[in-house]
Amino acid sequence: MTDSTADTGASRVLGGRPTEATIRTTTTITTVKNTSGAHIELKNVNKVYGEQTVPAVENFSMDVEPGELIMFVGPSGCGKTTTMKMINRIIEPTSGSITVDGRDVLSLNPNELRRHIGYVIQQIGLFPHMTIAENISVVPKLLGWSKEKTRNRVDELLSVVQLDPKTFAGRYPKQLSGGQQQRVGVARALAADPPVMLMDEPFGATDPITREKLQVEFLRLQESIGKTIIFVTHDFDEAVRLGDRIAVLSDRSKIEQFDTPANILRAPANDYVASFIGHGAALKRLALIPLYDALLGRATDARGTASLSETDSLRDALDLLVLTGLPAIGVTDASGKVVASVTVDQISAELGDDAGAGAPGVLS
Amino acid sequence: MTFEAVIERDVSVAPAELGVRRARFWTLRRIATPIVIVLVLLALFLWIQTLEIDSIMARTLNADYILLRTREHLELTFIASALVAVLAIPAGIVASRTTSRLLRGTILTIANIGQATPAIGFIILLAIIWQIGFQTALIALVAYSFLPVLRNTMVGLSQIDPSVTESARGMGMTPGQVLRRIELPLAVPVILAGLRTSLVFCVGVATVATFIDAGGLGDMIVNGLKLQRFPVLITGAVLVSCIALLIDWLASIAEDLLRPKGV
Repeated sequence: MTDSTADTGASRVLGGRPTEATIRTTTTITTVKNTSGAHIELKNVNKVYGEQTVPAVENFSMDVEPGELIMFVGPSGCGKTTTMKMINRIIEPTSGSITVDGRDVLSLNPNELRRHIGYVIQQIGLFPHMTIAENISVVPKLLGWSKEKTRNRVDELLSVVQLDPKTFAGRYPKQLSGGQQQRVGVARALAADPPVMLMDEPFGATDPITREKLQVEFLRLQESIGKTIIFVTHDFDEAVRLGDRIAVLSDRSKIEQFDTPANILRAPANDYVASFIGHGAALKRLALIPLYDALLGRATDARGTASLSETDSLRDALDLLVLTGLPAIGVTDASGKVVASVTVDQISAELGDDAGAGAPGVLS
Repeated sequence: MTFEAVIERDVSVAPAELGVRRARFWTLRRIATPIVIVLVLLALFLWIQTLEIDSIMARTLNADYILLRTREHLELTFIASALVAVLAIPAGIVASRTTSRLLRGTILTIANIGQATPAIGFIILLAIIWQIGFQTALIALVAYSFLPVLRNTMVGLSQIDPSVTESARGMGMTPGQVLRRIELPLAVPVILAGLRTSLVFCVGVATVATFIDAGGLGDMIVNGLKLQRFPVLITGAVLVSCIALLIDWLASIAEDLLRPKGV
């Protein structure tokens, strides 16, 4: 593990030149992934229901890069789900164009189209009369895969979502807990390896502990599969935790701001976005910054026995500082050796620096 | 390490195994019905043995006559029920699919009239304007027992969790595939309950067929009344009741066996 961290920012900050007070690496926003995702483009998409005069979605345009995890955040009824469901035509747009990898979605056969777009909804919607294996096999069967290939894929996917195939393949959905059902829902959506996933509050119905676990697992999964994902949620914290970019939506699916979580937290575009972020924007930002990306002090400044790992966030550091009352806390690298320290001043400086107001190299 | 721990904890949360349902298959309630039927028939048989059979009774209280009437009765019942299944289930699907209120209303109204009209009135009216015999009785029976299957098909389809059909659609199933692979299998328990009701209706109402010369155990009941031979009347009535109970019992077993697993 010590060697494998050699090419991350962490070792450069922490292990590089310990005599100098600080060295800083820039926080890169775009994450490089091995992506199997597709490019999605929505242009001037409108949806008007029936005889209504007010559209549910008005002039929605968005460009999503391959492998991006895009969060749609907004209050109930703002049209975020409607917008998402127009991509696989569960809801037909009234006007506008939607393309996936350059292909016009509206000119395709909707059933064919949907077989190549993963779809996860909040209620999961597992088929209660089919076993877990049969549930996951639905799309492969529709696509005419061989039995052998399908069975292997089912086993593979169950392992991916951390369910033992031997135990779970033959069970019925009713015999699974909520969290397990949700994992099967994700596995089922991934069955035919679709380049695009649409997820409508997939973790909304689970308890907070299960939800956090599922979020962590989901992030790790996305890291390796790199799908293009549209993820609808009303939980801003979830959006910050998971999203590569967040679209904050208001009535009629109007995009109030579309940016990275860090940028939205640092500079909300307007009062609406600010109100959506709510209190504690600084703390939320700290949670996004890992210690290896921050400006840190010398290892010798550390006091006491408490220490943090370099992969922990600044928020964790602040938490521990407050809890212990110590002026500085040690930061350890992967091998457990204390290689730097962190203080409250440094944490504040990090926020100020991010906002462009603070001076670089505040350390004494 | 943590991976294994997670699985272990989740397993403990998971609900009971399927085996439980199988173990409870032969309950007291399930075996009570055939026992009662056998006891009642035995008591009837023993009672008849103690009676002096005159020549009038002898014409009906013999194995050949009883088996013939029973066969006619069962034929009427099963053919009518099969016709109901073939006609009412598709009608129910159409009525639940259509957006036309007029069509749905029409189907329901016809089915309602069929059941609301007294069977004896309907069957005799039909015989007057058309003909007497088996076919007329069959039509009257179908009309009378149409509604439960129609209703239950509609209810069975409408009570399916919309998120299940939405995810089926979202995975790229055609509307026909959603109906065949998801909706109908999930509606099976409710549709079967409707068929069971229809079957039992048919057994009872088929006794009326005797008035238009379509046979059945109604013959025994009516003859017993007309000729003042109560053992004949009672034998006919008890046999009809036992057939109704037996069919209801068989249908309840079929319901359990055909219910989709996992539901």
